[in-house]
Amino acid sequence: MLFKTANNLISAINKFLDTIDQGILVFKEGVNNYLNKEESKFSEKIELILKLESQADETRRQIENDLYIHSLLPQFRGDVLVLLEKLDDIIDTAKEDLLQFDVEGPQIPLELNDDFSKLTDASVLSVESLIPAVRAYFNDVNAVKDKLHRVYFYEKESDKLADNIKRRLFKELHDLKLSEKIHLRYFALHIENISDVAEEVANLLAIMSIKRSL
Amino acid sequence: MILFFLSSGLFLGWSLGANDAANVFGSAVGTKMITFRKAAIIAGIFVVIGAVAQGAGTSHTLNSLGNINAIAGAFTAALTAAITVFIMTKFKLPVSTTQAIVGSIIGWNFYTGNPTDINSLTKIVTTWIAGPIIGAIFSIILYLCVKFVLKKTKPHLLKLDAILRVLLIIVGAFGSYSLGANNIANVMGVFLSAAPKTSLDLVFFELNGVQQLFLIGGIAIAIGIFTYSKRVMERVGNSIVQLSSEAALVVVLAHSLVLFIFSSQSLSNLIVSFGLPPIPMVPVSSSQVIVGAIVGIGFLKGGRGIKFGVVGEISIGWITTPIIAGVFAFFSLFFVNNVFKLEVYKAPLSSVIQIDDNLTQKDSTKTNIVINNSEKNAALIKEEIVKDEINYDSTLIAEKKLNIIGKNAKKDNFWKKLTFFFSVIIVLLLIRIIYSFNNSGVDKNREIVKKSEEISNAQQELIKSELKNLNLKRAHLQNQLEFKNREIVNFALHVIRKNDIFLELKKNIDKIYNEKDIENQRKYIKELLVLVNQNLNSDKDRETLNLHIEEENHDFFNRLYQLNPSLTNNEKRLSALIRLDFSSKDIASILNISTKSIEMNRYRLRKKLNVPSSENIKKFISKI
Repeated sequence: MLFKTANNLISAINKFLDTIDQGILVFKEGVNNYLNKEESKFSEKIELILKLESQADETRRQIENDLYIHSLLPQFRGDVLVLLEKLDDIIDTAKEDLLQFDVEGPQIPLELNDDFSKLTDASVLSVESLIPAVRAYFNDVNAVKDKLHRVYFYEKESDKLADNIKRRLFKELHDLKLSEKIHLRYFALHIENISDVAEEVANLLAIMSIKRSL
Repeated sequence: MILFFLSSGLFLGWSLGANDAANVFGSAVGTKMITFRKAAIIAGIFVVIGAVAQGAGTSHTLNSLGNINAIAGAFTAALTAAITVFIMTKFKLPVSTTQAIVGSIIGWNFYTGNPTDINSLTKIVTTWIAGPIIGAIFSIILYLCVKFVLKKTKPHLLKLDAILRVLLIIVGAFGSYSLGANNIANVMGVFLSAAPKTSLDLVFFELNGVQQLFLIGGIAIAIGIFTYSKRVMERVGNSIVQLSSEAALVVVLAHSLVLFIFSSQSLSNLIVSFGLPPIPMVPVSSSQVIVGAIVGIGFLKGGRGIKFGVVGEISIGWITTPIIAGVFAFFSLFFVNNVFKLEVYKAPLSSVIQIDDNLTQKDSTKTNIVINNSEKNAALIKEEIVKDEINYDSTLIAEKKLNIIGKNAKKDNFWKKLTFFFSVIIVLLLIRIIYSFNNSGVDKNREIVKKSEEISNAQQELIKSELKNLNLKRAHLQNQLEFKNREIVNFALHVIRKNDIFLELKKNIDKIYNEKDIENQRKYIKELLVLVNQNLNSDKDRETLNLHIEEENHDFFNRLYQLNPSLTNNEKRLSALIRLDFSSKDIASILNISTKSIEMNRYRLRKKLNVPSSENIKKFISKI
């Protein structure tokens, strides 16, 4: 019974991490679809990310319930639950960002397309590097640190790329109105924000791995 | 009646169950990995099984230290051990049931004149020291093994959690078994003489007299676990589990192994079969082994978080607990024996009589008798006596026996007096230590009270000075208010007076206007001029000013007075005006005198105040 519950929870955690991973990939595709003006594909991605986000929420709640009901991981339960919530924030942020693209429809000039695409890639890579680190926390805590440095690297990259976009917006693209510049600046911030959340999770994970190894 | 005498042992068992079960299941219950109910049931069952199945070894060692052969003596020894544990726990001194009962047995030995078996005592004390050390070594080895296995297998955190839960239950059961086996001697070891002589048939197995006694003791421990260990488990568990689940498991396992090793006769026999020395069967302190195991893991982690003070306390406990229990037992036995007239020891039927076989063969009347008080040889003595009775003249032997008993009694008395004397000294010393221990607490409290008094006094002083300041401020404000009031009154008077003057002026002007005669007109104009001059010279305004100056410069005037009491009011006023940075011309105008007079007055003031010619009088006055 105890082992069955543990196995079920392991499956649920893996499913949750897979959902986050998928969600972030969908986000990347969605942004690229928007930049390439592929509206129907973009709408599909929005639908898909909404579905994945609610699925992640459901799985997270299930894991929380099981952990509490069966009093599992008494020492690390609190940390694990915070970790799952923070991971859930990533897919939430990704969903919000795509919805903002849909609702606000920012006019991205062609010369910034590449920059926004690169920024999205860097942000998504930071999350993609985070997922193996989270898996390592459960299976091989000593390997967590080795995987986290990638998260920090991509977070810094996305910071630089976002800065670059903002610089170009305000220094180079003189044809844009100030309102447009400010609007686009916010979108650079939104995309960059995903890597910031990934960094927060990485920080939490680093502390958690130290706690586990004590 | 036997049950009454057993009660002290049962109480000891209850307290052992209440405290020491936490060492076994504390980590599991504290982290809620297992419910208290489950833990208590498992611990209760396995403690009883351990006590009944494997409790004989350690009890035998305690028995060899001092065979308490009278039930009242056993009762007193167990009671004094229990009270010692209770009191020392209350005073938060490190204590262990094992050390208390050993102390009580030695106390009984001293009281009854029974010699303490030094070999047994050495064995016991060595094991006390060895127990925590072996616990530490075991925990280090086990922890390294666990870490190695985890590194190789890399189980999922949740799977590891499930495995640890199962292992904690298994290790807990093993630990409870070992606890029962090792520590039952503390509870029932002194009552062996009261064990039933008949066996108890329980269909599947049979319990001999000693096992029946251990069953009762085991049940007492189990009751202690059920009734009181929950709180201790939650408290101890939390402190142990600050390590990690794996470390907690290792600690409990190391503890269980140590207790098992020092109580398993089969293991000892196995060791002997390899040509190694046997393992001593000695009750060890469960709590101290746990601390040893935790320290072991601490060392493995680079000495982080090791509380060396606790280790020191344990070492002190090895000495203080047996001494306190021993001395307490000695006096209690004295009390029980002399006040209640209860038999605390049974004099052996005879002393050991060793008959030299060679002499016996040569001369039946020359019997060399060696006296030995060891109870162990009592059976041998009886047999020898029976042989003697058959072979020799029974009357002669009886006489010799009486002589021996007489000599023994004299020796006993001497030993009793000696031990009584030393015991009194030790008790006095202990009372002194406890008193100073308490006093140190009292002194600390006093110091705290003193400091808090000082703080409150300082606060009071501060409040007083603040109050004083406030009063001064209030007084100053009051003065200001009074001054302002007076100023208003003066101003009002001044206005009234001015009105009067204006009325008079009007009257005079009318008079001049109506006068036809030029001479008279001149005369009236002259009078008018005088009136105007008079009012111009009126002191009223100046009085007001002077009043103002005086009020404002009250302190300054005091200081001036201190410098030179002979200063006149005019000089004081002049000083005040100089201080207010008025020029001589202004001062002359204010005081309605000529500038020249002011210069003269300044010169006089300079002289009176002894202002050096090189210094400016204004600067000098502003410094006052």
